[in-house]
Amino acid sequence: MLLQEAAAAGAHPLAGTAAEWIWLVPILPLIGFLINGLLSLSSVAKLGPKNPAEHHAHHGDHADDHHDAAGHAAHGHGGSHDDHAQPARHRYAAIVSLVGPAVLALSFLLTTTIFIALAGAHAETPFVKRMFSWIATGNMGIDASFQVDQLSMVMAMVITGVGTLIHIFSVGYMQDDPGYPRYFAYLNLFVFFMLVLVLGANYPMLFVGWEGVGLCSYLLIGFWFSEKANADAGKKAFIVNRIGDFGFLVALFLLFANLGTLSFAGVNAGADQLAPGSALVTTICLFMFLGCAGKSAQIPLYIWLPDAMAGPTPVSALIHAATMVTAGVYLIARSAVLFSLSPVASLTVAFVGALTALFAATIGLKQWDIKKVLAYSTVSQLGYMFVGVGVGAYAAGVFHLVTHAFFKALLFLGSGSVIYAMHKAYHHTGNHDDAQDMRNMGGLRKFMPVTFILMWIATLAIAGIPPFAGFFSKDEILGSVFARTHGSTLADATWLGIPGSTMLYAIYVMGLAAALLTAIYMTRMMLYTFHGPNRTGEAERTHLTEAPWVMTAPLAVLGVLSAVGGWLNLPAFFPAGPVQALHHWLEPVTGQAALRVTKGAEAHLEHSTEYVLVGIAVAIAAIGIAFAIARLKPQALVTKSQSPASEGFARVLEEKYFVDEGYDKVVVQPLLGVSRSVLWKGMDAGLIDGLVVNGSAQLARGIGWVGSRMQSGQVGTYAWVLIIGVVAVLGAFSLR
Amino acid sequence: MMVPEALALSAVLFCIGVVGVLTRRNAIIIFMCVELMLNAVNLSFVAFSRLYGMTGQVFVVFVMTVAAAEAAVGLAIIISIFRHRQTVDLTNINLLKG
Repeated sequence: MLLQEAAAAGAHPLAGTAAEWIWLVPILPLIGFLINGLLSLSSVAKLGPKNPAEHHAHHGDHADDHHDAAGHAAHGHGGSHDDHAQPARHRYAAIVSLVGPAVLALSFLLTTTIFIALAGAHAETPFVKRMFSWIATGNMGIDASFQVDQLSMVMAMVITGVGTLIHIFSVGYMQDDPGYPRYFAYLNLFVFFMLVLVLGANYPMLFVGWEGVGLCSYLLIGFWFSEKANADAGKKAFIVNRIGDFGFLVALFLLFANLGTLSFAGVNAGADQLAPGSALVTTICLFMFLGCAGKSAQIPLYIWLPDAMAGPTPVSALIHAATMVTAGVYLIARSAVLFSLSPVASLTVAFVGALTALFAATIGLKQWDIKKVLAYSTVSQLGYMFVGVGVGAYAAGVFHLVTHAFFKALLFLGSGSVIYAMHKAYHHTGNHDDAQDMRNMGGLRKFMPVTFILMWIATLAIAGIPPFAGFFSKDEILGSVFARTHGSTLADATWLGIPGSTMLYAIYVMGLAAALLTAIYMTRMMLYTFHGPNRTGEAERTHLTEAPWVMTAPLAVLGVLSAVGGWLNLPAFFPAGPVQALHHWLEPVTGQAALRVTKGAEAHLEHSTEYVLVGIAVAIAAIGIAFAIARLKPQALVTKSQSPASEGFARVLEEKYFVDEGYDKVVVQPLLGVSRSVLWKGMDAGLIDGLVVNGSAQLARGIGWVGSRMQSGQVGTYAWVLIIGVVAVLGAFSLR
Repeated sequence: MMVPEALALSAVLFCIGVVGVLTRRNAIIIFMCVELMLNAVNLSFVAFSRLYGMTGQVFVVFVMTVAAAEAAVGLAIIISIFRHRQTVDLTNINLLKG
């Protein structure tokens, strides 16, 4: 057995290289979680004096130690000043600040090493590192094993790389929080699960990571759980994701029932048994997409993501922009073989993605909370990614995932930097205004020049202005959609009676419209935040400062990545440079599936067509930015408290189309009603408590009553019963 | 060999004992009826030992031993009941009524 494995592994070019250490990549953050978690628990256990008398005695000792009154007074004064201006740091802050980012950095270094090994090995097949047999029952054998291939390593690079930067940013952003070690414990745990998700070599491993990141997302959204709204937001995210997970699980059951395996290699090999376009494969893909819609916030399950902004801003950057929410895109790219077999499911994915991109972008136009703008922007960009993977351009979808991780993390961290400055200024003056509302900001470029420049880079990147990262990835997706309007399985299929090519044209137009809106709302956010007059207030203004270097340094790195990230995958018509690098890189994983969608031919457009498409995309982005600059007047804004309520369609947008209210009416309230009347009063109180629990007690009591009536205490009666019994038994024997 | 006759006598004695236990209310008489049943059984043991060997007679010795012990305990209980309630009429003694 061992020899066989060694022989099989020996055949792979990655055997014996750094890839053998792939298990350490997720384990390192887990170690960080354990250390930070223990520090967090130990500090909770010692919070405050248990015995007031003891504390008092200790205090007395302390005073005795000093002996000189001046020193004591100075100490007392310093203490009271600290209380006012600077909350005390957590006592383990130093070690947590070291451990939290360090495990990620180590993990990133190891990932980079493996990435380089993989790049050098030219492996056509994935390298699977088997750890142990996890579930072995009947004909199901699932190993805990990690997979090193081109897709999983790209994801791991993004997660550990961007994750490290966000951890470093968090050191500055969260430094004064009383739950500092708890925060880093959750964040480390999240990275662990996220790495399990992308590195696992089978669907159950992926599912463990999938659920684990959901848990960490819940914990971190509700990180400041003492406010009910935050705790509710966490619950909402968790519950909405359960709906998606139901779909994912059903897809896994169907896969196992029909293919008898759940490993990626097995499913990819066995997918040939499934008839292309059959109802079965479409069902599997649609259920899987339901899971993706939950995790990656697509219509109709996107509602949790904007609320998830209740968590700390670096969490929004890491979990709700760069990594976790892109897990659905990863899942579809990972299952590319399945989706390429089902044009109907693929068109559904692309159409829902396009619809989400457009829908969320319109809501983003009228949000005032800086993080809400970014949240809807994330939903919209995730829609773009689904358009990419939906039309079978899996590499393009993953490309946008990577560039989006760069510029959206930068935008969120930048907004975190702004909120940090606003919050500090408000804290100094005891102001309780909303530190996240853009109407209270304005003109911040004078106070925060570094954040200002970097955020503009990210804005240009997301709007799709060359040469920034978003331009290349967005253009790649839109170009792929256009290229597939003819001569692909998607174009030939019909979706609810509509020809596939018509759908693809519609998706293309929706994508362009979303791009226009993206440029408008992002420019609006920048104008209202950084330009125009400052609306923060006279006293507060003096306290507005740039964030410390520990926060701006990660921003700068992300700024560079947002600017040059597009070089990962230059368009095919580009005269020089690594053309289509990521596309070729991912070919061993998704190439076959992509070719199936395009019927074996590379989906290439004429270069002249591509020039026109790129021209249109850039023109639209530029028009959006110009329109926003021309129409929006930051000078006319007033602070939140003085702003009148908006009216008409603007109000509809500001209230997010009243979708939450609609869901509340259509889903939540009926569900609560049914739960209350049928499940609680009928089922639980009536059937379970009434009939089963109390009923069985009544029955036993009744039988007991009959028995006690028979217990007369008369020995004679008992003797009669005995004799009758004996006679009956003897009679029965003799009659037989 | 008189075996059928002995068995018939044994059956008659046993039935007298059963009827006595069922119909009488005085604890002493019930007690004596129980003894009667035991001795009816003893008689059939002895009768059968004619046919099947000595084992039956050995059992009779055991039964008499146990009956003696039972008589000692039973009479002691009846005496203590009498001391307590000045009667041995079992219809009045129903403390274990449910």
